[in-house]
Amino acid sequence: MSEKTKTLKKAFLCAFPHTIPIFAGFWFLGMTYGIYMNVSGFSFWYPMVMSLIIFAGSIEFVAVNMLLGAFNPLQALAMTLMINARHLFYGISMLDRFRGMGWKKIYLIFGMCDETFSINYTAEIPPDVDRGWFMFFVTLLNHFYWFFGATLGGIFGGLIHFSTEGLDFVVTAMFVVIFLEQWLKEKDHTSALAGLGISLLCLAAFGAENFILPAMAGILLALSFLRKPLEKGGMPL
Amino acid sequence: MTLSQEIITIGMVVLGTALTRYLPFLLFPAGKPTPKYIQYLGKVLPGAVFGLLVIYSLRNVSLFSGSHGIPELLAVLAVVLLHLWKRQMLLSIAGGTILYMILVQMVF
Repeated sequence: MSEKTKTLKKAFLCAFPHTIPIFAGFWFLGMTYGIYMNVSGFSFWYPMVMSLIIFAGSIEFVAVNMLLGAFNPLQALAMTLMINARHLFYGISMLDRFRGMGWKKIYLIFGMCDETFSINYTAEIPPDVDRGWFMFFVTLLNHFYWFFGATLGGIFGGLIHFSTEGLDFVVTAMFVVIFLEQWLKEKDHTSALAGLGISLLCLAAFGAENFILPAMAGILLALSFLRKPLEKGGMPL
Repeated sequence: MTLSQEIITIGMVVLGTALTRYLPFLLFPAGKPTPKYIQYLGKVLPGAVFGLLVIYSLRNVSLFSGSHGIPELLAVLAVVLLHLWKRQMLLSIAGGTILYMILVQMVF
């Protein structure tokens, strides 16, 4: 085996276990999305192509309604920017870590959904594993699970009867674990508490559909105000 | 909608999603030094973002109707306890999810 194949194999074997919860969550959620498109009257080509080229869960569900409604491309763009604005935070957090990744960087950024970002940011990658390939495989596997579920759901649509109610909780469980891992690692919990508290307040004030943007603004403001004390007291990371 | 209108609509969603992902990298390219403030945000944001994601994934839980968020609360607690006990990511996630499925399918 050549050196390159060895590096790839090692990175893949190291990345795969991290994506198992996503496998469980994404084939289920992806399938739900495919079935939703199917029963909304779209051929399986739609979820198949959309899961591949959009790769952002919640907006794809919303896009079904956009396609069913009147033609309004600007509204579609504005809605997408609003729902996906949280990705901006992921990019800012990954500026340094994606440095020097070459062509892989293009794909790493393209595929940075909530779950992929969470894994790639928190995973402790062993020093002998290539970081770029590790993150590449995490992204690729997640992308594939989502595509696979969405396509299956689109093809088999109404044939499937679920006894899997509640399986979608796997995604929540993963976010809780990742939050906890971050909490156990950091010295200063100000940012984590601000994130939880401000999001909860905004959810209560603005409701499930509209709370993301105010929560993001609140988090930015709070962290900006706290810059001096946070930088002085030793950074959490 | 005609097929071309559908393609344009899907194109807008692709463009919007890609913009939110690529923008920070376009604004702060690797070749130039990133402003100190942005570097600071890059360090402190993730902690807050994971808090936001936890709330985001629970956003449709209603406290005042249905099962009042009790299955969610119990399952999150199970995840936390399992994780503090064994610190095995897959075990915590699987345990919490299975408990949640039992709760919503058989208890509530």
